[in-house]
Formats: sequence, structure tokens, C-alpha cells
Amino acid sequence: MILFQAQDISVRFGGIRAVDSVSFDVHDGEVFSIIGPNGAGKTTIFNLISRIYPSTSGRLIFEGKEFTRTPASQIASLGIARTFQNIELFPNATLLENLLIGRHCHSRVNFLSELAFLPSVRNAELRHREKVEDVIAFLGLERYRDSLIANLPYGVRKVVELGRALCIEPKLLLLDEPSSGLNVEETEGMGFWIEDIKKDLGITVIMVEHDMSLVNQVSDRVMALNYGKVLAMGTPQAVQSHPEVVKAYLGGEVESAA
Amino acid sequence: MRHLFRTQYQQDIALFRHNGDRFWYGLLMLVILIAPAILGEFYIGELGGVFIFAIAGVGLMLLVGYTGLISLGHAAFLGIGAYVNAVLLAQGVPFLVTLPLAGAFTALCGAAIGRPTLRMSGLYLAIATLAFGSIVGTVFQKWTAVTGGFDGFAVPTPYVFGIAIEGATGIYYVSLAVLVLVLWVSANLLRSPTGRAMVAIRDSEVSAQSMGIHLARYKTLAFAISAGMTGLAGALFAHYVRYLAPDAFDVLLSVQFLTIVFVGGLGSLRGAILGAMFVRLLPQFIAIVRDDLPFGIGRLPGLEPSLFGLSLVLVILFQPAGLNGMWLKAKAWFQAFPFKRQASFRRQKSYARSERLR
Amino acid sequence: MEDAARILQLIVNGAASGCIYGLIALGFVLIYKATEMVNFAQGDIMMLGGFAAFSLITWLGLPYWVGGLLAIIITAAFGYLLDAVVLRRVIGQPQFAVVMLTLGLGFIFRAAAGITWGYDSVGFNTPFTNKTVDIGGLVLGEDNLSIIVGTVLLCIVLYLFFSKTRLGVAMQAASQNQLAAYYMGIPVRTIFSLIWAISAGVACLAGILLSPVSMIDVNMGGLAIKAFAAAVIGGFGSIPGSLIGGVIVGIVEQFAGYKLPAGFQEVTSNVVLLGMLLIRPQGLFAERMGKRV
Repeated sequence: MILFQAQDISVRFGGIRAVDSVSFDVHDGEVFSIIGPNGAGKTTIFNLISRIYPSTSGRLIFEGKEFTRTPASQIASLGIARTFQNIELFPNATLLENLLIGRHCHSRVNFLSELAFLPSVRNAELRHREKVEDVIAFLGLERYRDSLIANLPYGVRKVVELGRALCIEPKLLLLDEPSSGLNVEETEGMGFWIEDIKKDLGITVIMVEHDMSLVNQVSDRVMALNYGKVLAMGTPQAVQSHPEVVKAYLGGEVESAA
Repeated sequence: MRHLFRTQYQQDIALFRHNGDRFWYGLLMLVILIAPAILGEFYIGELGGVFIFAIAGVGLMLLVGYTGLISLGHAAFLGIGAYVNAVLLAQGVPFLVTLPLAGAFTALCGAAIGRPTLRMSGLYLAIATLAFGSIVGTVFQKWTAVTGGFDGFAVPTPYVFGIAIEGATGIYYVSLAVLVLVLWVSANLLRSPTGRAMVAIRDSEVSAQSMGIHLARYKTLAFAISAGMTGLAGALFAHYVRYLAPDAFDVLLSVQFLTIVFVGGLGSLRGAILGAMFVRLLPQFIAIVRDDLPFGIGRLPGLEPSLFGLSLVLVILFQPAGLNGMWLKAKAWFQAFPFKRQASFRRQKSYARSERLR
Repeated sequence: MEDAARILQLIVNGAASGCIYGLIALGFVLIYKATEMVNFAQGDIMMLGGFAAFSLITWLGLPYWVGGLLAIIITAAFGYLLDAVVLRRVIGQPQFAVVMLTLGLGFIFRAAAGITWGYDSVGFNTPFTNKTVDIGGLVLGEDNLSIIVGTVLLCIVLYLFFSKTRLGVAMQAASQNQLAAYYMGIPVRTIFSLIWAISAGVACLAGILLSPVSMIDVNMGGLAIKAFAAAVIGGFGSIPGSLIGGVIVGIVEQFAGYKLPAGFQEVTSNVVLLGMLLIRPQGLFAERMGKRV
């Protein structure tokens, strides 16, 4: 079943076509990776899907419904969550508060009842807290629960960013360079988490990644981009040995003997 | 060192973290309640003023400290609350109606200024609110039919259930009640999704949106709540001064409010109270020690505003966490005594974060 | 014919006061472009500069041009020290920390000025006081003209400085990308202090030019609010923009005073400011920026 579709999606910044008629489908329950050199437009695609940038043409379809013009603040309630390449956590709040903010799209309380902190609000808070504790247990973040994000090391913050996205209880998770800044062990750990997310939580993942070992470890299908255009799409092995992809990464002089 | 062993999520949500806190705050409340029986009228009057400014301080703290939106025109909201309350009272409307009405009307004004300024970043928002405050000040002066302009407006005495609220003690208790209410409401807000949304907007607008937080709605709400609380403070302020003059609500008053928030300590309710105490009691303190200062400093004109400015500068340079920060540091020092670590309170090196691209 | 003369008079007056707003706005913009700090004490530095000129010319008896130039240099040095000693320490704190800091400094400046020079308005003899010039039958005050001419000359000097001299180019570089400027061997912190110095010097010039028209007193820094309107119209990133913005505000103010009932003139600049922020917040000559997440 196709969960997400991008149809001829494009965006222009002035004269630059950052994303140029990109089309791809993502099936339910798969891990779909997007690779490409720097500046290829990978993160821009994520920004288009989370509607932070408006696209100049094309369509975005999720669960059969088009969401090309939906405002950015409604994407979370559709069931799409994302992480950011440069970690956009809330540094002056504790880890717990950061994750609780991730529950915001599931909040159904009325503003006036919040002012008086009525029992309905209290019970909702306790339920949100239970869900957040599930995510904390899943990711092993118990010891950092009450620390301010500003005091946490980079590797932990990456995991918190992932946790915050999971608190949205998404159907589709967009991971933007989950391994950047992590060492080898941490990257492997991230790979295991992505597999657990796929198998245990049943969440579909779209991942932008540079680390090819991680891509090979977890991906079902891969798409390669360069200069905003699709170069190749298919299994990880097929895409990585595709001549256009090799040329994009290594340059045009390679007379490939493979 | 106190370590809290928590067994229920309830304990994290509760307003007071442990029984020690409840005891001390309860004791504080008791002392405040019986103070009028002990202290003289002058001190009670001053404390009433502190409560009123604390209410406005809490309002501004929610906007500046928690949502990250700066306002250089909050004196306008104080004035709106004051005039609405006074004018309605003069028409014969009972105080128990004019007080919440003043707050509600001011909240609407806050929403009105909040909505168009949604896309403005820190600097432009500051300038816009400065202009807004200035314009409202001019309206107070010019709309003489309603406000009486520079002739002033005599504020009628309020009656609650037939009892006249006058004199320092009356203002004291009414302001105290409103302050406690405002603090309770703010604390509730801060432990609810809306409070967290406000903090999210302060720290990262982009990811707040990705979490499903509708920026326009929450920013407008923050302005409305902040203005509403300041409007309540304004209504009480009218009774505190008893005679409204339009030039009382000028830029200098807005700066005083910002000083409350800043010197008090951004991002804490306790900071708003400490800041209000500082701003209200500094002039009194100066008046008392004036004659004892060496070199005839005490007799110089302009001593007050210069000390004011100096305290702002010193706090920003050396204690950016404000009075609340100093309070927490003192508490930590006592709790860890005698094991204070050298680097306990050293500030980390920080780099300028560009505000141009949020 | 008489009406045309009246209108021309308003335009000249408006342009003159607008040049002052523009000069103060210029100071804001110079500092903001480089360091993203807003100096809310800019108007008070203008006041200090004016008083410095007053002291040099009236108390020490120096001639106008010498006293004026010396005052500008002294004020520029003061601006340099202000940045080096105070403002450098708050790098890394959020923007409104700097707003509050400069507001606090403004208080201190005003109090210090009051102690040193008293709270009355003072003035000093300039070559342009109470003189008029006859241009094609139209009588214009030389004081207003001197403001306009002085501002134009300053702009030419600044333009040449920023585009032709090494220091000026270095300042532009440091404003646009601090890290890259560092790598090129530009001493960024010193440059920023120099920018503060220039900004203070410009403010002092504004004070000196203003003195024949309206005297110097402790509260003259209040003009800074109108300068904000000028800076916003100009887009807060553009030097010619600030001046054009200032002139627009000045002229609109004059016409408001002429056409609208009494008391509305003072609120004009605020209305223009709010209007600009609501309709076209990036100003008339803006740079557009976005963030890559």
C-alpha cells in the first residue's frame, strides 16, 4: 500500500531550482532513503513535505489525500513527524518537557480549562506523560529525563530529537541525517533503532543520509538526487552502482569497470 | 541536598514539589496576611504597590520570559485597564464587574496588537510595541471626553458587597487576592500544553510548527493573556493612585516593567515578584539612604534614574539570570554547604545566535 | 504662489528634521548591520555629543569648526570605549538583553548629563544661527539648510569610506560574515568597536547640526523614536535607506502639523512606523533573508 506520494514536486528560490520535478512513492512499512551529494536538495524535500517551504508546483499525497497546501502546523496531526539536520530542540527546557511538546498535536484540552487546571486537563497530562515514558524507555533516556537540553551531549540530543518525533505517534517519520555527528557505535545504535521503529512500531521511515553503511543496513529502497533531480531509484545496491550516481559523487572521469 | 524520590507522575505535575515548599510558602502567606496588623500604613501602601506591579510583571513575564516576545509598550495596557475601570466605576458599574471587564477589554487590545505583529522578529516587535505604547499614551491625553486628559480623572471608591475598599489596607488585600489568582492561573498555564507551546515558540519556531503548534494562535494568545493580566493590574493601579493622569503611562513605565522581568530573572514567576520588589523598593531605599551617601551624591538630581540604569547594566553584565538566578544560586550554595564546587556558577561561553534567521 | 512657498517651506523644514532622524537612524543601522545589536542609547549619545560641543565652544572658547570636529572625535572615542568595555561582554546573550542594556545606559547618560550640564536647554553660537538665505524669492533659514548640506556631505564621505578605503571594505566584510572576516585576518572585534565609534561620531554630528534649530538639552535623545521610523522605512539594512526614510518621516510630520488639528503632529511618526511595519515590514529597500533548517 502506498502511504506517501510526491508527484512532480518542485520548488524554486529565485532562479535556483532546488527541487526539480521529483516524484517518488513510499510504501507502508518500508524504510526509504534519499541520498545525494551536498546541496542536492534532500533536506529541501523534507522541508517541502513538512510544509515549511511552499512548493512551486507538484502535489503531495498522504494516505490518499492531498496535502500540498496544508499549513505547517497541521502536518503533525496528519501523522507526519520529522527530525532536523541541525537539531532544533528547545534548549532551555528539560528533556521531559521537550518530549511532552511532541505530544501537542494530541492535546484536546480547552484553553479555559487549562487556566483552572481542571481534572480533565490533569488526566490528559497524566496520559501524555505515560506515552512519553514509553518513548523514553524505548530509547533508553531515563537518566536524562530532568536535564536541560543545553546540558546534554550532542549524541544524546540526536536521540532526543528522534524521541520527540516519536511522541507524535506518527505514521510517517522523516529522519534528516540521523547519523551526522555520531561515531561508529552510535551510528550502529541508530541503525538498530530505525529497524526497531520499522518492525516494532510499524512506522514508515523516509531517511536522508550520507553514511552508506547505515543506508545499506536499514533501507528497503533508495533514491539518489543531484541538483534537485532524481538520478536513480531502486534497491540500495542497484542505486549505488548506477553510473549516474557514481558520477555525481566521484566526478565524470571514472571509466567504470564494474 | 534534598533528593526527591518520586513514585507518581502526579508529583511532577503538582504545583509544589515537596512538603517543605508547601510549608514555607504557607508560612509566607500567613505572614503576608497578618502584615497589616503589624506594619504601619506607609509600608502596607508600599507593599500594595509591589503587589500591583508584580501582577503586571507576571503578565509581562509570560510574554517576554516564556513566549520570547518583547513588548516595549506594556504601560499602555496598564493605562487601558486603569481608565476602563475608572470610567465604568464612574458610570455606576459595580467594582466586581469593572475589574474583570477591565482585564477582558485589555486582553482584547492585546490580541489586537498581537495579531498584526505575528511575523515580526525581536527588534521589529520591540519597535512596534514602542510605537503602539506611544500612540496609546497620546490617545489618553487627547481623548479628553473620556479620560479627562491632563485635567486628570478622579477614581471613584470601589465597593465590594457594600464594603468600601479604601486606604492602604483595602488596596493591599484586593491586590494580594488578584496576585494570588494571577500566579495560580499562570502556574496552571505553564504546566499545560499551552504553556509548553509558548516555551517552544520562544526556543525554536520552526520545530514548534512541526510539532503542530499553530504560531499565530499561540502568539496572539500570549499577547492577550499578558495584556489581560496587566489590565487587571491597571485597574488596581487606578485605586492605588486615586487620580489618573495620562502621562503616567509612558515609555519610562514600560521600561520599568521590562526591568521587573529582566532584573527579576527571565523565565520564572518568582522572578516577576522579586523584580517587582526591586523596582518598587529601590526608590524608597534611595530616599532613605540619600542623606547618608558620601560626597553629597545623595543630593544630586537624577540619582534615581541613574541608579535604575546602573542596576540594569550590572545585572545584564554580571548576573544575567537576575534575582531569581541569585536566589537559586544562594539556595544551591546553602544546600551543598560546605561542598561548593569552584565552577558551580560559572557561565558557559556562548556565541551570538543570529536573530535575523529564526 | 503663496501656497507654493508655504509648501516649499514645509518641505525644507521636513527635509532638515528628516536629515536629523536619518542621521540617528544611520547610527542604528550601522551597528545593527554589523552586530545585530540595537543601540537604544543612540539618541542619548547624540545628546552627549551636543553637550560636548557646547562645552568646547562655549566653556573653552574654541571656534565652531574646531570645537565641532573635536567633539565628534571625542564622542567617537566614547563610542569605541563603550563597545570595547561594555557591549563586548554581552555577545551571546539574547537580543533583548542588549536592548535592556542600552536602555539602562541611556538612563545613566541622561543622569550624568544632568549632573554635569544641568537640566536647562543650552545652545552655542554657530555660523548658521538666525541667518537666512534668499533663494529665488524664497527665504529659508540657514540652520535648516546647514543640516541638509551637512548630511549630504557626510553621506558622500561615508560612501567613499566604505567603498574605497581598506578599513571600510573590511567593515562591510565583518558585517556580512564574521567568521569569514576572521579567517581573512580582519580583527573583527576591533572593527565592531570602530563601527560603534563611527556611529557615535555621526550621532554627535547630528547633535551639532541640530543645535541651532532646537537647543541641546538632556532629553533630546527622545528623537530616537522617530529615527526608528526612519530606519524601518529604510529597511534597517541600508544606509541610504535610513536617510530617505528620515526625510519621508520629516516631511510627513511637517504636513501633518500643517493640515491636521493641533497635537496630532507628534503622533505622526509613530503612526507611520506602525503602518510601515504592518504593511511592508521589510521597508522600502530591504534585503530578504531566509533560514536553512
